[in-house]
Amino acid sequence: MHRTKLFDHVILMMGVFFMVGPLLVALMTSSHEAADIHRNGLQILPGGHFIDTYTTVLTKQGGFTGKITGLRMMMNSLILGIGFAAGKIILSMLAAYALVYFRFRFATITFWMIFTTLLLPLEVRILPSYEVMNTLKLTNTYTGLIVPLLASATGTFYFRQFFKSIPDELLEAARIDGAGPFKFFIDVIVPLSKTMIAAIFIIMFVYGWNQYLWPTLMTTDESFFTLVRGIKQILLVWVGSNIPDYNEAFALAILAMVPPVMIVMIFQRWFIKGLTESDK
Amino acid sequence: MAAINITNVSKIYSGGVEAVKSVSIDIADGEFIVLVGPSGCGKSTLLRMVAGLEAISKGTVEIGDRVINDVEPAERDIAMVFQNYALYPHMTVYNNLAYGLKNRGTPKAEIEARVAEAARMLEIEQYLTRKPRALSGGQRQRVAMGRAIVRKPAAFLFDEPLSNLDAKLRVSMRGEIKQLQKRLGTTSLYVTHDQLEAMTLADRLVVLNGGQIEQIGRPLDVYHTPASIFVASFIGSPAMNLLRGTREGNLLHFGSQVLDLGRAAAFPGQITVGIRAEDLRIATSGEQALTLKVEYIEELGAQRLVHGMIDGKKLTASLSPEIEIDETMALTIAPERLHFFDADTGKRLDQPFAGAESGRMSAPANVIKLETAL
Repeated sequence: MHRTKLFDHVILMMGVFFMVGPLLVALMTSSHEAADIHRNGLQILPGGHFIDTYTTVLTKQGGFTGKITGLRMMMNSLILGIGFAAGKIILSMLAAYALVYFRFRFATITFWMIFTTLLLPLEVRILPSYEVMNTLKLTNTYTGLIVPLLASATGTFYFRQFFKSIPDELLEAARIDGAGPFKFFIDVIVPLSKTMIAAIFIIMFVYGWNQYLWPTLMTTDESFFTLVRGIKQILLVWVGSNIPDYNEAFALAILAMVPPVMIVMIFQRWFIKGLTESDK
Repeated sequence: MAAINITNVSKIYSGGVEAVKSVSIDIADGEFIVLVGPSGCGKSTLLRMVAGLEAISKGTVEIGDRVINDVEPAERDIAMVFQNYALYPHMTVYNNLAYGLKNRGTPKAEIEARVAEAARMLEIEQYLTRKPRALSGGQRQRVAMGRAIVRKPAAFLFDEPLSNLDAKLRVSMRGEIKQLQKRLGTTSLYVTHDQLEAMTLADRLVVLNGGQIEQIGRPLDVYHTPASIFVASFIGSPAMNLLRGTREGNLLHFGSQVLDLGRAAAFPGQITVGIRAEDLRIATSGEQALTLKVEYIEELGAQRLVHGMIDGKKLTASLSPEIEIDETMALTIAPERLHFFDADTGKRLDQPFAGAESGRMSAPANVIKLETAL
C-alpha cells in the first residue's frame, strides 16, 4: 500500500483551493448588496442578504419585458439540458444499433462520415442551421432550441464501440429465443447499456445546459431565455448611473451550477461504471 | 423430437472459400451425434447452418420432415447452448430461462412450471433469483442448458459447451449432459474439438476434416476401424502410431526392422501401418520384434507411455507400469491388430486377414451393452 505523505495532502489541498475557492467567493459575494460589491470588490465573508438576493433572483420578474423570473429561466435550462441529453441518447443509440447490427451498403462509409463531423463544432454550421429553423418557423420554440443539436457523432461513436463489445452469441441466443430486432434492442441492448446511457446523459446534459451561442441566436422571446443567458442579461443594464446587480449575477451563476452538479452526483456511480466496466 | 436430415449441405463464403463441402448426415430421432474435428474443419459452421445463424449455400436441412433452409432460427424448433454461455447478463436466471417462452407467448403458469422443472432437473433452483454474474462457470453452463431444456425443442445444438470449463468440471458436466440427453430423449447435435468428449458422449460421431466427412460411426467402431489416416491420428489418445512400411511376402519392413505378418496379405507393397499404443506388448524371447529405442516416459498412473524411435521414426507404446524399462525394448503386436492405410490416398485398406475381424468386433459390442446399462 502507498503511504499517504504530507506532500500528497498539499497537492490535494491546492487542488481544492483552486477548484472550490472561486465558487466560495462567488457564493459569499452573492450574499452582499450590489453597491457594497461595487465599492469593495469580491467578498470572502458572508454578507447579510443571502435570502433576499436569492428570493429576488428566483421570483422577481425582470428582464427587458419584465416578465421573466429566475425560476422560469431555470426551467428553460432544464428543458434544454434534459431534452438535449435524452434526444441525443435515443438518436445515437438507434444510429449505433443500425451501424453495428444491420449489414447495409456503405455502413462503414456512413460511420466515418458521422465520425468526421466530430471534428466540426456547432459554430461551423450555425448559420445554415439557423436558416433552416427560421424557414421552418421554429425560432422561439423548444423544438428549435433542441432538435438541431441532437445529431451526435460523439454519442454514436461511444455507443457503437460499446455495442461492438457485446458478444455476438448474445444476439444469436436472442434470435433463437425468438426476439426480433426491435425486441432485442429493447430487451437486451438497452438494459445492457444502462451505465453507458448514464455516462452519456451526464456529459450531454452539462453540454446542453451550458449552451450559450445557439439559444442566443434562436430565442428573442425572453420567456425562452436560459439561465446562462440570464446571467449575461443582468450585467447588460449598466446604463447611466445604474450599478449592475452584481449580487444577483453571482446568485444566478451559483444557481446555474446546482443542477449539473446534482446530476453528476446522482449518476456518478453509474457514470464511472459506464466508462470503465468491461464485464458484460 | 424429430429426426434431422442434412443432405449435400455446403457453405461457400463470399470470397469463394468452401468451409463445408457437400456434407450429408441422417440423424435419427433421439440420437446424440457429435461433430468432431480440428479447428477450421467446418464443424461449427455446419452446426450454425442447422441453427439458422448461418445461411445454407447448397443442399437442404430437414428437421422432422420440414425443410428449414429459409426458416428463422426461432421457428426451427431448436435450442442452442453456446461455448461462452451467452446468458443475458442483466436478467436473473429465472428470466434467462423464461425469455424464449415469453417471446412465444406461452401462458405464465406454464412458463413457471417449465422453469421450475428444468431448474429442479439441473439443480439450479436456489440460483433462480441471481444474475449470471454471481454464478460460477459450471452453474452458468447449467443455466444455459436450462434455457435449452425449457423450450422442449425438437433438437439440442451444442457448440463446444464445455470448452470454457476447467478439466474436472468438464468431466462431470460431460456425464450430466449425456444422462440428461438420454433422459429427455431429444435429438442432439454436439460440436467439439476434444476427441475424448466426442468418444464419451456420442451415439455416433462424425469426424470432419477440411469441410468434409472423414467417417461416421459409433465411437468404438471409429476407434477400432478408422477410415483414414486422419481419423486414426485424430481419435484416440495417445494418437495412433503411423509408420511407413513395405510388405514383402509375409514380412513387413520398417526400414531395417521387420515384423512377420504370419500370412500373405493382399495389398500393395508401399503402405502406411497404424499401431495403437496399447496394442504393443513386450516380445517374448525368440519372437520376431521391433526394437524401440526409448527416449522418454510419461507416467499416467494406470499406464506408462513409452516414447521412442524405431528406425528413426517415432513410436509410442502404452505399457503396464510393472514392466521394467530398458534403453531398448523388444516390442511386438498381433498382426490382426495392425491397421493398414493406402500410402497415397490415406484411406483404410480392408483388413486382409479373414477371421481376424470377428474377435475384434466383439469388443465394441460388449462395451455398448455396458453403456446402455448405465
